Amino acid sequence: MIENTKCECGHNNPIGTILCEYCGKPLLEETKEKKTIEQEMRYEGKARRSQIKHKNFIDQVWSFFSSVKVAIILILITLIAAGIGSLLPQERVAATSNPELFYSQEYGIWGEWFYKLGLSDMYNSWWFMTLLAMIGVSLVICSLDRVIPLYRALKNQKVEKSTDFLLRQRISYQESVADEKKEEKFDALTTALKKRRYQIRQEGDSILAEKGRISRWGPYINHIGLIIFLLGVLLRFLIPGWYLDQAMYIQEGQTRKVPDTPYYVKNEKFIVEQYDGKFAGIPKKYQTKLILYQQDSSGNLKPVHRGSAIVNHPFEYKDLFLVQVDAQTNLKGIKLKLMDKKSQQSKGTFLVDLGNIKPNQVYTVGSNLEVRALEYYPDFALENGRPITKSQEVVKPAFIFEVKEKGQKEGERSWVISGENADALTPENKYVIKLAGFEMIPTSGLLVRIDKSLPIIFVGGFICLIGLAMGFYWHHRRVWIRYKDGVLYLGAHTNKSWFSLRRELNQVGKQSGIDLKLVQE
Amino acid sequence: MEQLMENLLLCTFFLYLLSSVAFVMGIKGKKGEEPKQRERKWGNIAVGLAIIGVVFQIAFTITRIFISGHFPTSNMFEFTAFLCFTVVLSFIVLFFIYRTVVLGAFVMPLAVILLAYASVFPKDIQPLIPALQSHWLYIHVTVAALGSGAFAVGFAAGLVYLINQVGNKKSGKNAAYLEVTLVVVLMWVSFILSSFVSGALGYQAEITAQIEGKQVTQKFDLPPIFGPHEGKVVKMDSFLGQKEPLFEVPSWMKGQNAAKNVNSTFWGIITGLILYGLIRLFTKKRLTEILYPLVKKWNPELLDEISYRSIAIGFPIFTLGALIFAMIWAHEAWGRFWGWDPKEVWALITWLFYSVYLHLRLSRGWHGMKSSWLAVGGYVIIMFNQIVINMVISGLHSYA
Repeated sequence: MIENTKCECGHNNPIGTILCEYCGKPLLEETKEKKTIEQEMRYEGKARRSQIKHKNFIDQVWSFFSSVKVAIILILITLIAAGIGSLLPQERVAATSNPELFYSQEYGIWGEWFYKLGLSDMYNSWWFMTLLAMIGVSLVICSLDRVIPLYRALKNQKVEKSTDFLLRQRISYQESVADEKKEEKFDALTTALKKRRYQIRQEGDSILAEKGRISRWGPYINHIGLIIFLLGVLLRFLIPGWYLDQAMYIQEGQTRKVPDTPYYVKNEKFIVEQYDGKFAGIPKKYQTKLILYQQDSSGNLKPVHRGSAIVNHPFEYKDLFLVQVDAQTNLKGIKLKLMDKKSQQSKGTFLVDLGNIKPNQVYTVGSNLEVRALEYYPDFALENGRPITKSQEVVKPAFIFEVKEKGQKEGERSWVISGENADALTPENKYVIKLAGFEMIPTSGLLVRIDKSLPIIFVGGFICLIGLAMGFYWHHRRVWIRYKDGVLYLGAHTNKSWFSLRRELNQVGKQSGIDLKLVQE
Repeated sequence: MEQLMENLLLCTFFLYLLSSVAFVMGIKGKKGEEPKQRERKWGNIAVGLAIIGVVFQIAFTITRIFISGHFPTSNMFEFTAFLCFTVVLSFIVLFFIYRTVVLGAFVMPLAVILLAYASVFPKDIQPLIPALQSHWLYIHVTVAALGSGAFAVGFAAGLVYLINQVGNKKSGKNAAYLEVTLVVVLMWVSFILSSFVSGALGYQAEITAQIEGKQVTQKFDLPPIFGPHEGKVVKMDSFLGQKEPLFEVPSWMKGQNAAKNVNSTFWGIITGLILYGLIRLFTKKRLTEILYPLVKKWNPELLDEISYRSIAIGFPIFTLGALIFAMIWAHEAWGRFWGWDPKEVWALITWLFYSVYLHLRLSRGWHGMKSSWLAVGGYVIIMFNQIVINMVISGLHSYA
């Protein structure tokens, strides 16, 4: 379709050129018939890679992704999908061990389909990631396809354009001007345009006035920012160790290993404050005072950093963030009471510290009794008639104790199962162990985070913002003026806000004694 | 001090209201007057009133900071009032660029509605919970609201454009959709009006129910036609002889205020439709027809450009406030800069939607009708995020 690329003015244009690079005349038959060339002006009528005839696969992929239409469709699909995913809580937020059951129980048939369609964890799904990746590719190709020809065109602008080019602009004007009046008009126009901060170039009987070209680079800079942002996100998944997302609970006074890191951390103090007076009950502060340790070569823990994790102010050490997110009161220990079965008389109490039960731990009760912990099941259950523990979390603690009087060689075995009366298991026993109370301890919930791509992500966001500001707070405006054969021609183009340009030029005209009639006053 | 704060807010409200009236005067006015002069005169008065209103609202904000010790953007009342502030601010900027009186006749009433809507929510000052104790509370929220304020002006200008184009048409899709849009706005207004009437009459009802394993007592300002699932009436003033809610909301509706929100929506729809019926009955005109004379003589290209320009001004600000600042805060508060929380998702959706708008307009030449409809659609998304996401879909952002 694009065959003849040599313009009447004699300039040889690359294949695919719409407006002559030199004089601006339309080259295509279909464009010649149009009244204005506003559409064609968008990329200065330059040939773009995506518009050449498609030979191979790469060309086709290129022209697919270079289409703004495709980009818009990709954005719309992402937008709608993201919206649907927000209607019910995602699996990670719901924090359920059985999502299938959770969604159908909580939300009925809608929940069931939400889960079945894979929407319950959609933001991490392959197809959503693919959508984002496609938007990324589209950003790169769309930008490259346009910015290079645009840059060349704007850099090599000719001042003198054909009158045809001027008259086919969306804003155009012509008026007969006597030869001797020409200079005066040109001077007046130049002064008025300069006053409005236009840069003026004049060659013979032609003027090119331009301002705000910076605006044209805005979209590309903002796209570069977005590409950097998306790359930052991608790197987190690609480079091992760049991203860590863990959580830990740590009791006051406890020292625990920070999951997936070489560090240990001690909870020195966990402070929970509430407002008082009429706002009693509203939380005021959560703060965990922490010491971070690292193991040295001999295996000793050496403190490397002290500080606090407060809501909104995480504990930081190098790349590691410990974020205050939860407060709990946890079971620290169980107080048990040893009783003589016959006399129903208490022989004394002992405390089982659940976080600190050594094998064959011995508790002394009263003056002559010893209780030895033989077995401990934090999360007790029976499997095929045998006692097991389902996990290491304290859910349903159970114990087998041996109770021995001093000097006795072998004592009697006794079960303690939380929530159950285990006495019936050992009816022959002399002693029985009963619950006497709990010891609770404040426990802080921390998130453990490493995210090495953060600087890249925020730099990307910042660049994007600069691009947006350039693109939207500046306007690229150009005015071509030419005097030829007793006629003054004027054509003007902008990439947006035509009304403002018209109003501005009308003022320019007024000051130069030309009624451009661009706006009705 | 608190009385002073109340009075400042009341003054702000009336100044915005007077400004709206003055803008309408600028278009309608008396016969025989030179229209250009009248426009200039009333335009200056109206924008002056709006600026004084802004000063009063700033004074209100400062007083509230003095009382509470923090910037007032921490609950629905404070945030909605602030949104109103940003709408007026953006409008003043746009007014000085384009000097269009007709825009004020639509944006200032929108500001009045927003401020009235804010007053429907509880106004008591609450101390900040730990999650909100951060400078980002006001940096992020104010900048995001400024962007939304500019989008609101884009919406109003889009609406004016649409009325200008199809207001005199009796049939056609565009005319019908436009009428529906205006009826929805009317429902919103009538919900606010019924809340005020009900409040002025001192209506009260309390219903208690088990919600998410907790016993929650909801206070109703409007007679509860809808009550919570398996709720018990604690006390309820009789409404048309009714002593308890007519319906219960289904059990799958989550959130502690589900019944209250359904009830409010119901009241908005019903009273809105009644009001609409009355308007139709007495004026024998559609809403678009009533508004058409106000906007018919304005240059559509100008209206279209104002709508675009507001959005173009708002877009970078919204990006900064609602996405970039939001990410920085999210990183500090929750240890991740992005977590697909419903509010985050809808901020992204808003941003994507406006980026589609800008691509369609700048790259595919969508101007006029299509562009104006998109400007209206964008604001619907913002209000959806502001109202529905805050109150119905609970997430990390549900503080109100």
